[in-house]
Amino acid sequence: MISALQAQRLSKRYGHAWALRDCTLNIPPGRVAALVGPNGAGKTTLLHLAVGLIAPTAGDVEVFGWSPRRQPTVVLARVGFLAQDRPLYRFTVEEMLALGRRLNPRWDDALARRRLSAVGVPLRRRTDKLSGGQQAQVALALALAKRPELLLLDEPAASLDPLARREFMEGLMEAVAEDGLTVVFSSHVLADLERVCDYLVILSAAHVQLAGDTDEMVARHKRLTGPRCDGESIGRVHSVVQALHTDRQTTLLVRTNGHIYDPSWTVSDVLLEDVVLGYLRAPGVHALPKPQVVSDSEWVP
Amino acid sequence: MDIAQVPQTIIFYLEPRSGVAPYIQLVRQVQHALRLGMLRTGDQLPTVRQVVSHLAINPNTVLKAYRELEREGLVASRPGQGTFVLRALAGPTAADQRALRAKLDGWLDEARGAGMDSQAIEAFIAVCLRSHSREEIA
Repeated sequence: MISALQAQRLSKRYGHAWALRDCTLNIPPGRVAALVGPNGAGKTTLLHLAVGLIAPTAGDVEVFGWSPRRQPTVVLARVGFLAQDRPLYRFTVEEMLALGRRLNPRWDDALARRRLSAVGVPLRRRTDKLSGGQQAQVALALALAKRPELLLLDEPAASLDPLARREFMEGLMEAVAEDGLTVVFSSHVLADLERVCDYLVILSAAHVQLAGDTDEMVARHKRLTGPRCDGESIGRVHSVVQALHTDRQTTLLVRTNGHIYDPSWTVSDVLLEDVVLGYLRAPGVHALPKPQVVSDSEWVP
Repeated sequence: MDIAQVPQTIIFYLEPRSGVAPYIQLVRQVQHALRLGMLRTGDQLPTVRQVVSHLAINPNTVLKAYRELEREGLVASRPGQGTFVLRALAGPTAADQRALRAKLDGWLDEARGAGMDSQAIEAFIAVCLRSHSREEIA
């Protein structure tokens, strides 16, 4: 099966700083993938490389097997992109639709109109006079009317209030249900992840820390609590993501490689949020076999 | 957008803090409805579209839940039509329920006699249930 988005050691450098380094990824088609990571981790850079807005310094990126820089027309016809700063023009919604019709060969005007009327966006209103939620819906409707096979969204719901965010996500998930399109979105909102994404990419400091199927990822990570120890023996078989110690107790977040047999550990399940936060707190960890020791003072329960 | 098209048999909800994967939550809600007789043989489960537009969740999650229910032989999907209940889940009969209840009441008296309060009892039962179901799996 050909990947919707594939990166091979993809890297981008601005001056001396790496915005993305050795990023290797394979997002299968039909997935809803989330890019998670702190500001400056490389999320926007990765999305911009995927649409060909910028050229990689090294490595390769492909969308359904095509290069966004070498075969831009093939890629752009298949990709919808919602930038973080939704560009707004002093056009009415109707005029934006006319523009989309002219610029896109596969344009589905009926789909855009159906979506906009379902969320109650007035077509004669100028887009800069709409509410934030309505602007997001217009941007989504325009992106979907292109009939993309891959939709990339950069922080799509960051500036929206909870209701508008929920309505935006409903619209997005309906589109996935109808067309089976692949979605890759960057997000800060951990609460959305569990509902919405089935594939997760954790980026930190320009590197990919972890990427994979969400359910598998959650099932594979465990919280281990036991009497104080350095966690070294467990680290030989499993990957310690985070280790927290008190005088008496050690708590580990572990990416397991099979069953945990040592009876001195109490093993418990974790939430997706625990996994994400565990990796974000330990930016140097790429699921390495060595334990990462965090001092007590850094422990934020 | 048009939820009213198919009359809905049940409405799903999600408990984000429960720690249970969303698809398992959906599976359990169907099993629960089957046990309580809220879903009967031949009933149609909500369509993927309905669930997605109601909960704003990933359609793959709904499909995964329905596949799991299909694997358990509880539902069957008919292409282009939807997913339908094949058989209901039998809960305990009223007589069984009464007998179980009587035994549990007796046990609860003993537990209280041993100085356990409600919280301690709940924690105790949760632990027993967990290790019991672990034995079942193993």
